[in-house]
Amino acid sequence: MAEPRIMDIKDQPGFRSIAIICLLVLYVPVLILMIFSLNSGSLVTHWEGVTLNWYGSAFLNEEFHAAAKNTLIISVTATIVSTICATLAAIGMTRVKPWRGLAAAFMVINLPLMVPEIITAVATLSFFALIAGAFGLNFGIGNLILAHTVFCIPFAYMPIRARLEDMDLTLEYAAADLYATPWNAFRRITLPLLVPGIMSGGALAFIVSFDDFTITQLVAGPGQTTLPLYIWNQIRRPMTPEINAISTILLMVSILFVSVSFLIARRRAK
Amino acid sequence: MPEQPGKNAIEVRGVRKVFGTGENQVAALDTVSVSIRENEFFTLLGPSGCGKTTLLRLIAGFDFPTAGEILLHGQDIAPLPPFKRPVNTVFQSYALFPHMTVAQNIGFGLEMLGKPKAEIEGRVAQMLKLVKMEALKARRTSQISGGQQQRVALARALAPQPKVLLLDEPLSALDYKLRKEMQIELKRLQHETGITFIFVTHDQEEALTMSDRIAVMSAGKILQVGTPRDIYDRPAERFVADFIGETNFLPGTVVSKRAGVATVKFASNATISAGFPEGFDPTGEVTLVVRPEHADLVPDPAKGTIAGTLANIVYFGTDTHYHVKLDGGGENFIVRHQNSRSSPVTYATGVKVGIQFEEDAARVLKD
Repeated sequence: MAEPRIMDIKDQPGFRSIAIICLLVLYVPVLILMIFSLNSGSLVTHWEGVTLNWYGSAFLNEEFHAAAKNTLIISVTATIVSTICATLAAIGMTRVKPWRGLAAAFMVINLPLMVPEIITAVATLSFFALIAGAFGLNFGIGNLILAHTVFCIPFAYMPIRARLEDMDLTLEYAAADLYATPWNAFRRITLPLLVPGIMSGGALAFIVSFDDFTITQLVAGPGQTTLPLYIWNQIRRPMTPEINAISTILLMVSILFVSVSFLIARRRAK
Repeated sequence: MPEQPGKNAIEVRGVRKVFGTGENQVAALDTVSVSIRENEFFTLLGPSGCGKTTLLRLIAGFDFPTAGEILLHGQDIAPLPPFKRPVNTVFQSYALFPHMTVAQNIGFGLEMLGKPKAEIEGRVAQMLKLVKMEALKARRTSQISGGQQQRVALARALAPQPKVLLLDEPLSALDYKLRKEMQIELKRLQHETGITFIFVTHDQEEALTMSDRIAVMSAGKILQVGTPRDIYDRPAERFVADFIGETNFLPGTVVSKRAGVATVKFASNATISAGFPEGFDPTGEVTLVVRPEHADLVPDPAKGTIAGTLANIVYFGTDTHYHVKLDGGGENFIVRHQNSRSSPVTYATGVKVGIQFEEDAARVLKD
């Protein structure tokens, strides 16, 4: 007698072909972009031969350097600050007695994930314009760092909170039972076990900040061009495969971060 | 038994613990008082939800009583946080720190107490030897077996030399053989360290074999405190007799009584004298309890105190259980015979038999 089986979606007609079409639509354009970064011709639509020259000219490009530097300053700072905030928020919302407004606080933290980014962008722009007008305050690149930090918090918060919720509370009881004060129990038990969550939260925040376009485009002042903005500006001129090379570099950095975050999470889960 | 003040490691006085508020209030502990002596292996025994773990958590400091006092060597510790109580716990799940080695786990308590490094190392070495884990001291706790984790959890809790060690069903995750081994091991550790052990279990066999004294709990109350023999042979109420070991319940009528002994008549008109606990006054229709091993089968139904038909014979290796359908009806009466090389009589199902009771076998209990 055949073993009774639950429905397997892989057996449904058309599953395989739909899956393949989805993957092709997702990855073929990216693959073409990467291939044309090696094009020896100067068009992004006509293949002539293989060269690494476009990477060379990208690395020598002063504007690219300036944009990369801005991007790194903004995303590294925003990552560190938002991850610290997210960690504190996650602890404050999982390791305390339930308090009035806990559900509301959770919603407030996660709302930016659901608000259309253009709305956040316009709001942030008006906010900075307002304080610049009212108090004459302009933080320069600090405006961008502040905006990035704020929208990165919910992204950093999610993995950290998940990790805290998975953690066995008995471990903290055991630490207290073994004479650890609340601070020592946090420092010696909770925090080390939370590190993988903090790392993947941080990696996620970095990626989100690193390739943000909408908010940056509206808030950025002169001389604050980031890599996504730089690429955008290049596309409006006659395009050369140099832009493909720069995009590929950006993609590689993103893939590196996602992989590191994934590997850390998997290693610690064992 | 007279109280011996100063000799008690833990005194629980009128402790109540209520969870929830308003309509949803649940009393997990309903005014419990009990004294646990120094160097005693004391067991809290009861079904799940009886409040035994709640009482343990109150002693450990993970929860605070709604009312009442908990004295440790005469000092009220009920308001102290767990890290200020010289009491350590072995958790059901062990709760070993996964990012530390076996040795780091064992040394954690001493480190938190701010002991000098040399003292910690010496004590950890001593503990590793005590639980026979020297060879695995550098391992991560995820790289050792369940039984080994259990030993590390014990060593970690014993290392700071607590006044009292609390054990929350520590053996429940182990398989049968390992559990038997650890039972002996725990008794040895308690003997060697001289620390008071408070052990929580729902396993009556474990409680009987390991404890100096047992408190039987049900629905947030302590029903009886006594030695394993007290609890087994002289249960104070029906719940205790039913929860611990196998018991037969027989209906009867009290015809006369004197100090501590009642004469009870069965439906068959046979009478028997049965003891009853202090502070209980049996009258009229009562329930008698008789342990299966305190009754005997006789081939002639007329010679037994009560009679019936042999319904079933169950062989257990060391002994045999005879299920007798009583003439008066009701639940089957079980008689347990220890098997020996030469069993004098062999019985077959379906025959009429009599049941005789040993002297003092029957007791009248409160329902």
